[in-house]
Amino acid sequence: MSGKSEKYHSPTFEESAKAYLANTQLRRNIGHATHTIRDKRAKAVGEMPDWEALREAGNQLKTRVMRHLDDYLLKLEDAVQEAGGKVHWARDANEANRIIVDLVKQQQVEEVVKVKSITTDEIGLNDALADEGIQALETDLAELIVQLAEDEPSHILVPAIHKNRAEIRELFRKKLDKDELGDKPEDLAEAARLYLRKKFLSAEVGISGANFAVAETGTVSVVESEGNGRMCTTLPKTLITVMGLEKTIPTWQDFEVFMQLLPRSATAERMNPYNSFWTGVTEGDGPQEFHLVLLDNGRTNVLADEVGRQTLNCIRCSACLNVCPVYERTGGHAYNSVYPGPIGAILTPQLKGLDDEGAASLPYASTLCGACYEVCPVKIDIPEVLVHLRGKIVDQKKRNGNLKQKMDEEHVGMKAMGSMFRSRSRYERAQRWARTGQKLFVKDGKISKLPGELSGWTAMRDLKPIPNQTFREWWRTRDE
Amino acid sequence: MQISLFITCFNDTLFPDTGRAMVKLLERLGHEVDFPFEQTCCGQMHYNTGYQEEAIPLVKRFVDVFGEAEAVVAPSASCVGMVKEFYPKVAALTDDEELKKGVEQMVPKVFELSQFLVDELGLQDVGAYYPHRVTYHPTCHSLRMIEVGDAPLILLRNVKGIDLVELPAAEECCGFGGTFAVKNADTSMAMLGDKIRHIKDTEAEVCAAVDNSCLMHIGGALSRQRSGVEPIHLAEILASTEDGGN
Repeated sequence: MSGKSEKYHSPTFEESAKAYLANTQLRRNIGHATHTIRDKRAKAVGEMPDWEALREAGNQLKTRVMRHLDDYLLKLEDAVQEAGGKVHWARDANEANRIIVDLVKQQQVEEVVKVKSITTDEIGLNDALADEGIQALETDLAELIVQLAEDEPSHILVPAIHKNRAEIRELFRKKLDKDELGDKPEDLAEAARLYLRKKFLSAEVGISGANFAVAETGTVSVVESEGNGRMCTTLPKTLITVMGLEKTIPTWQDFEVFMQLLPRSATAERMNPYNSFWTGVTEGDGPQEFHLVLLDNGRTNVLADEVGRQTLNCIRCSACLNVCPVYERTGGHAYNSVYPGPIGAILTPQLKGLDDEGAASLPYASTLCGACYEVCPVKIDIPEVLVHLRGKIVDQKKRNGNLKQKMDEEHVGMKAMGSMFRSRSRYERAQRWARTGQKLFVKDGKISKLPGELSGWTAMRDLKPIPNQTFREWWRTRDE
Repeated sequence: MQISLFITCFNDTLFPDTGRAMVKLLERLGHEVDFPFEQTCCGQMHYNTGYQEEAIPLVKRFVDVFGEAEAVVAPSASCVGMVKEFYPKVAALTDDEELKKGVEQMVPKVFELSQFLVDELGLQDVGAYYPHRVTYHPTCHSLRMIEVGDAPLILLRNVKGIDLVELPAAEECCGFGGTFAVKNADTSMAMLGDKIRHIKDTEAEVCAAVDNSCLMHIGGALSRQRSGVEPIHLAEILASTEDGGN
């Protein structure tokens, strides 16, 4: 998704998952963290008697935004400019990066401070800035950890969820020169605070993402837990916000719904500790220059897909990641995408396109268990979109697939079974053949080893042989 | 009531005992069961794997076979979920107005077994006897797609002689997911491993569910580990009686 990776095919989920599943520390860290947040969220949501009504309202508001996005975006642009901000439109990652790099260069600085923003990760902004000799300093504690470790985020909300306290202490000891560092959360937070405070005070340019932008007033909003975001959006002279088009909401009043849905779903809080709102620039207070970069980068393609477009309703709460039985075990890196977990499995393939092999493997990284849909605060039917995307992948294979794809075991099998199920006689014949054919594999009353793709089944599971009499054969004897 | 049995291709071929148990149970409760021979597969596997075009003729076939039935009952929440949740979507892929209407009229008459017994027939005690230690795994599609709620547990609690023990982390997916179990075998096994651990922790003799597909996956690992725990479909427990066994 970053500018550089356009021609690069990411590895498939199944390839990557194998390695991450074998990482015991990661399994323990992510398993523990997701279960903790999951339980807390359930409690925070359980306090709300009107939760289902709120979800429905969130869904309807977002659906309306998507239906009239063109109008709302123009309104937003007008309102931001009216309030003294400047709006830039970016078709893709490269365009967005170019705009931001130019803006930063105009300020003649070598360092910028950043509010946690996955959208800037999506476009690979830090690399683009580094290429021009500008260092982007992550100020969100978890993002800082990831940056110091030269690692990648593995969660939308908690980017360093895959690391535990001991690992973080070790990292800070090395990278922040703190030999005597304790391992209590407050020790670690203090070390980061001392490091970051100096940076906040000297930074000339702040860069942020956005949780919401109000079309009516041009107000941009970021919610966070640490207050570091607030420092970045208030102390520097220049503030640059990069925001996906879909983050627009119509009016201030809509915060009523989203400010209840988001914190409870995300951090299991009734309200975020820091809720920042800014409207253009105010003389003598805060940044005196404000730029809003509106990013498409594939979003309008998603909007064009009637089933897929609900993906854009996402408010990035991560509740779906925390309940996902797949994410819980593989962690976020296995998705090879800045958006991991269930939402990533539907968003990334739509943003990147299904030609990317890695992205096209993501819709299959789910059992369709439905836990994600159940918790989604804006009711994105993730299983529906997963199945829809699988359909698009198969259609593409049918139309343009090469011989290898068309001779793929699953593809051939699905076509053959489709034909078999269309006829009772073919179906009943296949039942008899399967019963005879399996004799090669049955040993001691069970099947413990199968060839080809099916070996994945027998790696851990026995299979009971097909019984001698099908149900319909039995029913026939009953009729006689 | 005249009940048309939607056996599902999976149970027809691999788990005929479940079908026999359903017939025994429904007849014992005084209903007449018929089995339309023309039924094959509901198309779930094709639909979920992305072969939606291939699912269309199977949906048509299903409506032809079951459209006129008084009630259609199946021993599978996921196949019933396919009919109830996805048939309208498959029909919408076509221009076939008759199919759309046929699906719309048929969907409310299709039931998963436990839901049919508890919600439709208003039963709680079906007169079963099963003197074993049992744990119950709520399958994802029964829980979150067709929302059977407590129906299976209500039925189990009323079984005579049963020692029903709660499964820890019951609502978490077992890792089956159809082709997921093969395509993403490693992740599937990681999920299954935890499910098996929880089942063993209950010290149950059998693990019951309303989907034999998930049970085949769970049972496959229980067998491989020589765990001494067997999978069993809810219908087979409910069909067991003091004098007849199962």
